[in-house]
Amino acid sequence: MTYKPKKVDIIFSPYSVAPYHILKETIKRTKEEVITELIESGLRGRGGAGFPTGFKWKLAAEEKSNTKYIICNADEGEPGTFKDRKLLVEVPRKVISGMAICAWLTGANLGFIYIRREYKYLIPELKKEIEVFKQHAKQINLNFEIQIFIGAGAYVCGEETALIESMEGKRGEPRNKPPYPITKGYLGKPTIVNNVETFASASMVCRYGAKEYKKLGTQDQHGSKLFSISGDSTKEGVHELELGMTLEAFVDEFGDSNTKAVQVGGVSGFCIPRKDFKNAIIGIGNTTGSSTMIFNSSRSMYKVLCNYLEFYAEESCGQCTPCRVGCQQLLNGLKAVKKGEKPAKYLDQLLKLAETMKITSKCGLGQSVTNSFSSIVTNFKEEMIY
Amino acid sequence: MVKETDLILELAEKFGKERKSLLPILNGIIDKNNYLSKDAMLEVARVLEISAAEVYGTASFYSFMETNETGKYVVRVCKSIICDMKGKEEILNTIESVLKLKIGETSQDKRFTLLETNCLGLCAEGPSMLINDNCYTQLSEQKVREILQNYIKHDI
Repeated sequence: MTYKPKKVDIIFSPYSVAPYHILKETIKRTKEEVITELIESGLRGRGGAGFPTGFKWKLAAEEKSNTKYIICNADEGEPGTFKDRKLLVEVPRKVISGMAICAWLTGANLGFIYIRREYKYLIPELKKEIEVFKQHAKQINLNFEIQIFIGAGAYVCGEETALIESMEGKRGEPRNKPPYPITKGYLGKPTIVNNVETFASASMVCRYGAKEYKKLGTQDQHGSKLFSISGDSTKEGVHELELGMTLEAFVDEFGDSNTKAVQVGGVSGFCIPRKDFKNAIIGIGNTTGSSTMIFNSSRSMYKVLCNYLEFYAEESCGQCTPCRVGCQQLLNGLKAVKKGEKPAKYLDQLLKLAETMKITSKCGLGQSVTNSFSSIVTNFKEEMIY
Repeated sequence: MVKETDLILELAEKFGKERKSLLPILNGIIDKNNYLSKDAMLEVARVLEISAAEVYGTASFYSFMETNETGKYVVRVCKSIICDMKGKEEILNTIESVLKLKIGETSQDKRFTLLETNCLGLCAEGPSMLINDNCYTQLSEQKVREILQNYIKHDI
């Protein structure tokens, strides 16, 4: 083994400066300077879609509107992901600082932390931190209020437009894009929706500067990122790692030396088999999400895939046909092949269906079913049949 | 059980009588009464001046918004893949035998409802479950028995 995963300790390092020091220092600079810094850092959204954060905030700042909103997306529902929970418990100040810096840059006066109902037990502590923030915002004359909005149990609400629908008191059904929330979001006003980790990372970029931040990672991939590691691992938990690492190095560090496959990016990501560990780089491109679930050779990949498909069939919002019917048909078809009711080559038809869903589904949920489906069916075909 | 009309009025005053207050109001009812009765949904529709179908349609979208009467304690066992790998099935069997309930059922004395749920974000500490809004992790058969006994005996 040549390259060990480099652990980083930025995001979870204990507070080393006075409360909201980073925020106070940042707003002494010019807005142009800070936005340029964020863009140069190469920071991308940490929710899964990976849109460049500095650029998003720049666009939001340019929107001409007296009312703008900021939403911190803490509807962490992707199976195998739990980093946002840890962030809100351990370093909420870094998250709130990121929101406040975003508010200062874009001119938003109201922000929400959209937290999933499953995490309701985190709210009392979070409220205390918001009170602390209030005092500091007053000191620096920052007109920005933060409220908590509680979800009600729906995976699809992690999708930004579904989240907004839900905040408007409706079913969490994704909207057509464009218009993007940045121009027409919550109550029709420009709205910046970012993941919890994105806000925390943005405040870290402001603290250390783009130059320092970019020293992390490899030549092509800058920065660090949180990985939620679970399954057949000796070190389950949230780990901050530099970007650009191969899956092989990752598995050497975190696997149980019997790793058969790793699901990267959660259920909506890809399942990578052992033979491809050498070439797969985690945390980028196809594998942007945080969830990394490790399976050892005792696991049935058929059972794993059935579990995923049951999840999808349940969480599909039902609004568009390819996703609503597709998820059910993939599950039924897979079971039929296993039982011998359908021939093995029926799997090819199911793969085609999954591809069709990718092209025709309205939102990321239906579009990404094919990622795990195709990667598991293709790489573990025998397990699907026998 | 809190009187619903008073509760709904109080919630509507707090959050505002607008459509955007629908989820906070419904969540507020769930906090107190654990489920949304037909009367509660009709009352919310009346107060917010929207159709009752809109209220029910919205509520039925979300897994925490039960529209059937539930017990005082709703047990939600995580069924996502990692908790499943860590022995969720044994935990579920234990709960079923202690509470004498199957998934989806509510006890006759209206104290317990047993449900499954998707990922609770507690994978590294699985198997896991929620009882109302409290989370319990690293469950073993013995641990889950103790937790349930505590609820049965002490009416937490």
